[in-house]
Amino acid sequence: MIKTDREPIVRLSGVTKDFGKSEVLKHIDLDVYEGEFLTLLGPSGCGKTTTLRIIAGFETPSRGCVYLEQADVTALAPYKRNVNTVFQSYALFPHMNVFDNVAFGLVEKKVPKPEIKERVEKMLDLVQLKNFGKRKPHQMSGGQRQRVAIARALVNNPKVLLLDEPLGALDLKLRKQMQMELKHLQKQLGITFVYVTHDQEEALTMSDRIAVMNNGVIEQIGTAQEIYERPKTKFVASFIGESNIIEASVTGFDGGLIELTAENGVVHGRGSGFVQDEMIYISIRPENTRYSFEPVENFRLRGIVKEHIYVGSIIKTVVALPNGQRLRLNQHPHSELPAIGSAVTVYWDMDKAVIMHTAEDTLYDLIEDALLNRPDLAVKQGRRAEGGKSF
Amino acid sequence: MKILRQKHFEKTSDTNKGHRGEIFSLVGPLFLWMLLFLALPLVYVIIISFLEKGIYGGVQMIFTLENYTALWNPTYGKVIWRSIVLAFWTSLICLLISYPFAFILSKFSKKYQGFCILLIMLPFWINQLIRLNGWSNILRDSGTINTILLKLGIISEPITMMYTDGATLFGMVYALLPFMVLPLNNSISKLDYSLIEAAHDLGASRISTFFRIILPLTLPGIFAGTIQVFIPSLDAFYIADVMGGGNSTLLGNLIKDQFMAARNWPSGAAFSVILILFTLIVLKCYTKVGNLEDLA
Ligand SMILES: Nc1ncnc2c1ncn2[C@@H]1O[C@H](COP(=O)(O)OP(=O)(O)O)[C@@H](O)[C@H]1O
Ligand SMILES: [Mg+2]
Repeated sequence: MIKTDREPIVRLSGVTKDFGKSEVLKHIDLDVYEGEFLTLLGPSGCGKTTTLRIIAGFETPSRGCVYLEQADVTALAPYKRNVNTVFQSYALFPHMNVFDNVAFGLVEKKVPKPEIKERVEKMLDLVQLKNFGKRKPHQMSGGQRQRVAIARALVNNPKVLLLDEPLGALDLKLRKQMQMELKHLQKQLGITFVYVTHDQEEALTMSDRIAVMNNGVIEQIGTAQEIYERPKTKFVASFIGESNIIEASVTGFDGGLIELTAENGVVHGRGSGFVQDEMIYISIRPENTRYSFEPVENFRLRGIVKEHIYVGSIIKTVVALPNGQRLRLNQHPHSELPAIGSAVTVYWDMDKAVIMHTAEDTLYDLIEDALLNRPDLAVKQGRRAEGGKSF
Repeated sequence: MKILRQKHFEKTSDTNKGHRGEIFSLVGPLFLWMLLFLALPLVYVIIISFLEKGIYGGVQMIFTLENYTALWNPTYGKVIWRSIVLAFWTSLICLLISYPFAFILSKFSKKYQGFCILLIMLPFWINQLIRLNGWSNILRDSGTINTILLKLGIISEPITMMYTDGATLFGMVYALLPFMVLPLNNSISKLDYSLIEAAHDLGASRISTFFRIILPLTLPGIFAGTIQVFIPSLDAFYIADVMGGGNSTLLGNLIKDQFMAARNWPSGAAFSVILILFTLIVLKCYTKVGNLEDLA
């Protein structure tokens, strides 16, 4: 596993990026450790590519610093940084054959010719393009070009490899296969990967750690399991996997349990750090959501079974709450299904549910706007943040 | 001359091969057009170049090789050499001016690029002779520049600028610059910027990136532009006439003089055939390199 007591190989410290008036990255803090596979995951436009380009040096942060191996490289030109990038479009040099493409970086470093030949051939072998050296990029398939792009970067033995949606242009089957190959390659070579994708499944299968981004902010960093099982924000819960998210307020503390009152009923949960009357979200995965015809202790959440959706390995049962919100419950395909129209109580294992503050997203903005001396914005958001004032 | 110019446009634009079907539907009228305005005059010129000159101009229907053997003459050789040297310098200067210009232009937004190209083209909708005479007014001994410099007391004698080889070169560069800018801009604006970033990413400095990535990828534009400047500058006799006066005789002037002054049509035709052959050789070299570009 990743040893966090070590110094990070890449560190972004308070990195902010403005393009004109729009703030694309808002105070990004990120540490990447040697040998790890870290994924930046988020929807299109959230700032993943910009973050990667700042590490590579193609963009300079508006504020904040970039460190590579503890050295401040914020102002260092890209060609002086010991990182390599696999571009989303591959960016292979069309006038050079595969061998020359892969050899490009070594030629720049004035590596002796015989050594270049040896290293390039070894690398082409590694990405299973042994006899393709003489081909031109346009004579190759998408998957093969992808491998050339990876070989061209890896042959330089970079400390860190940056990959921007490298599999985005491939069809599903090839993508799955390349995911495995990339993962093996990374483990085999022990090179640190910073990998960008908007595909949560890809992120979950490949990464040691995932940084979930939204609107220029890293909402949560953790292992796939941590992110999936303990999402910290509503966005993370809904972006990664499916979640039933119920808005409620804290209405009481009852022994170890918190009483949570939603529009449609009262449920209980476990957790700490919540205060009376605070607005919260309860997030519960469909596979952990259950129904019962009988009353359930601590759960007074009733709904009507609306439909069963067969999706192969499971059946999704949809239960509508009185306010119209639809909850999804995953069932075994062979289990007995409740009749459509029947009234049921929805419940779950309290340890599997996650209770989240609602104000967390806005609190950071509020502090930053105050720091930036923009009272106009602080006032505007003040109302939104009021719910969180009490903690 | 006009026909020749037209011809090389045909040639260079041919590199963008469309669909075959489309070409066939266009080929009928195009064929007729080519026959009328290109092939027939060309055949006519070639035939005349092998005939004897008439006593009062015109031709006599007697076959001779004399028009060609007469070209084997050191005076003509010198003129041809001068023309080639001038065409070379014209192309080189145009290239050195246009390349950085086109490069900077390519960084602007598409809209702004179009506007800048319009600004470049604008003067060229005015007759070239009028513009060249304008320059003559500015540059001659009693022209604008000399008058101002004399009045200011910076010089005591006018500087001779007009009617020199330099003036001819200036006129050539001025007249032919857009033919370099347009293909270069076309080629440079097609350059994928991520390739430059990829080169930087792999450790290539700016200079190295220029020579290993940018230059090879914009070579087609450089060749196209050079051809489009080099060939017209071989036969642009009016520029040499206006800017160089009688002092700089070029291949184009020679041909014109054979037709107009000496009224020796066969000789002029022989010169034209040589010029056409030379043009074809240059174009052939260009397509060779162009093909190599595709292969390399
Ligand atoms: N050079 C640029 N100029 C202006 N806006 C930009 C530029 N690059 C990116 N952006 C904007 O920044 C935001 C984040 O972009 P990006 O980092 O590419 O997102 P992602 O890779 O997550 O899809 C987008 O809204 C995009 O429009
Ligand atoms: Mg992107």
